[in-house]
Amino acid sequence: MAYVAVKGGERAIDNAHAWLAEDRRGNPDVPDLGTDQIREQLGRSVDRVMAEGSLYDPDLAALAIKQAQGDLIEAAFLLRAYRTTLPRFAASMPVETDQMQVRRRISAVFKDMPGGQLLGPTYDYTHRLLDFTIAAGTPPPKPAEMPAEPVAIPHVHGILDHEGLIERDTPAGGEPFDLTREPLAFPAGRDLRLQALARGDEGFLLAMGYSTQRGWGGTHPFVGEIRVGEASVFLTPPELGFEIDIGDITLTECQMVNQFAGSRTVRPQFTRGYGLVFGHGERKAMAMALVDRAMRAQELGETVAAPAQNVEFVVSHCDNIEATGFVEHLKLPHYVDFQSELETIRRMRADAIGDILQEAAQ
Amino acid sequence: MTGYNFAYLDEQTKRMIRRALLKAVAIPGHQVPFGSREMPLPYGWGTGGIQVTAAVLGPNDTLKVIDQGADDTTNAVSIRRFFARTAGVATTTRTAEATIIQTRHRIPEQKLHENQIIVYQVPQPEPLSRLESSRIETTRMHGLAEYGLMHVKLYEDITRFGHVSLSYDYPVMVNDRYLMAPSPIPAFDNPKMDMMPALQLFGAGREKRIYAIPPYTKVVSLDFDDHPFRTTRAPHACGLCGATDSYLDEVVTDDRGGRLFVCSDTDHCETHRDVGHVGSEGVAA
Repeated sequence: MAYVAVKGGERAIDNAHAWLAEDRRGNPDVPDLGTDQIREQLGRSVDRVMAEGSLYDPDLAALAIKQAQGDLIEAAFLLRAYRTTLPRFAASMPVETDQMQVRRRISAVFKDMPGGQLLGPTYDYTHRLLDFTIAAGTPPPKPAEMPAEPVAIPHVHGILDHEGLIERDTPAGGEPFDLTREPLAFPAGRDLRLQALARGDEGFLLAMGYSTQRGWGGTHPFVGEIRVGEASVFLTPPELGFEIDIGDITLTECQMVNQFAGSRTVRPQFTRGYGLVFGHGERKAMAMALVDRAMRAQELGETVAAPAQNVEFVVSHCDNIEATGFVEHLKLPHYVDFQSELETIRRMRADAIGDILQEAAQ
Repeated sequence: MTGYNFAYLDEQTKRMIRRALLKAVAIPGHQVPFGSREMPLPYGWGTGGIQVTAAVLGPNDTLKVIDQGADDTTNAVSIRRFFARTAGVATTTRTAEATIIQTRHRIPEQKLHENQIIVYQVPQPEPLSRLESSRIETTRMHGLAEYGLMHVKLYEDITRFGHVSLSYDYPVMVNDRYLMAPSPIPAFDNPKMDMMPALQLFGAGREKRIYAIPPYTKVVSLDFDDHPFRTTRAPHACGLCGATDSYLDEVVTDDRGGRLFVCSDTDHCETHRDVGHVGSEGVAA
């Protein structure tokens, strides 16, 4: 037999990608899906892709979702790869989430407080029954409306702060770390940790947060508040010297109130965990707040034993773009290394049999 | 390609990578952290190697990309196309003609020369990672040149199996100072790194590390006096070109145990056949 080495990788790739494009389109008798439809009707997917893709642009996120056939990690990867090519012309001011145009705000620690409980558009309290009127395309009933009055909605932790019962925000020291520009280094400061969590995989954070509730690094959490709404982003161009509003972004913020730090000499205070994500993503914001608080174990004098408390473990593994790349790279050819393993195991087995025969002969 | 800079990365990023490369060359075998960028190819598929290549590539370079020793494996094709598209550089499959060779898992059989750079794709730059999972701890161990843990691992292998069980990514000491992961090349390739005339650069994108071996640097595979380092290759001649000194891939030809052994380095095999060598299963050129 005359063996011809496998050739044609280039043509195989082109053909595979053409097939993928056809597969993505699906049955051509079914109308093509518009990215505006994705943006408007698959908002939670768009929000998740923006959060994990670390780029706030609903139109590009919708395109990424369409291009990735709804594979949200692949879509986030597309956004990340685009984001990395963009110039960085300024750093924004910290967003003032207490000035947010709130559409949902709930607290689990007080029955009522300034600004009130505002349920907003939520899946909470829906009965998870498949709604066949949605399949039929029946227009939804019009929700009730009332005139919007500008009401101040201060953060709930501020109420606890009046009595000194909760730890305060520490002022940020200089420029925050940016792990997309600088390599990760340990020990990792809270700015770096929060950035990693905000970009991190929702499923990973959910599992990590959940593990703290089941005794693997418990934090005794209460939802101080969750708020969802639009916040203005400001920046101060050096040539102007004053703040300008460059637009609004939708954010979900979770302030978790956790059990005490302190002693008989230092008056005990509630501690806090913080979550902030692009778009409407309560599950992620809550999980992030749990994990943020768990990772503060060492700072607060707690024993570091559980996975969620291990900063190096969490921060090194929360990024799904890194994780999916490295897990999936196992499908690349490894036959050179496997060949060396084959030779090694054959040699070991030959030696082992040799030893056994020698023993038998004695 | 319009809309993108030469070789994809912007010039500021290339400068940042070059600074890391200079430091890496100055401290052979030492892992230098760098601000690895998100590339349009997935992590684990050569993002570190691609960034290093992009940072050293010039318009007059000739690029060769191999994966498993072969130019036509799909990922090698994909990376070669990436640079042909974003940098418009000449590409080649000929080892001798290339000025830059990006590789995954092999060092070409043909001896490299002083005017060449070899760029390795590195999945895990930390040679101690399987023995100590914390990078805080391994960084300290490198700082103190405290490598006893690795020697203990090799010793335990010998007592258990009679051999060191590592057959690829076999750890090396560079310039008598740093323990280094040679990337998952077979141990067969390790001796090629020692006193190599070409510059050797290593890029780990996901782990955000760069390291290097300058030309003519001592590279020693770890071993013991009574258990010297040994390389292994399949004990056959290449079925296509008859070479007996090259690293071989084992190709399964039927379901009855039929095997064909062929050179993993496709250029080496072709060059060997071009000058008239023929293996038992080959056809004359």
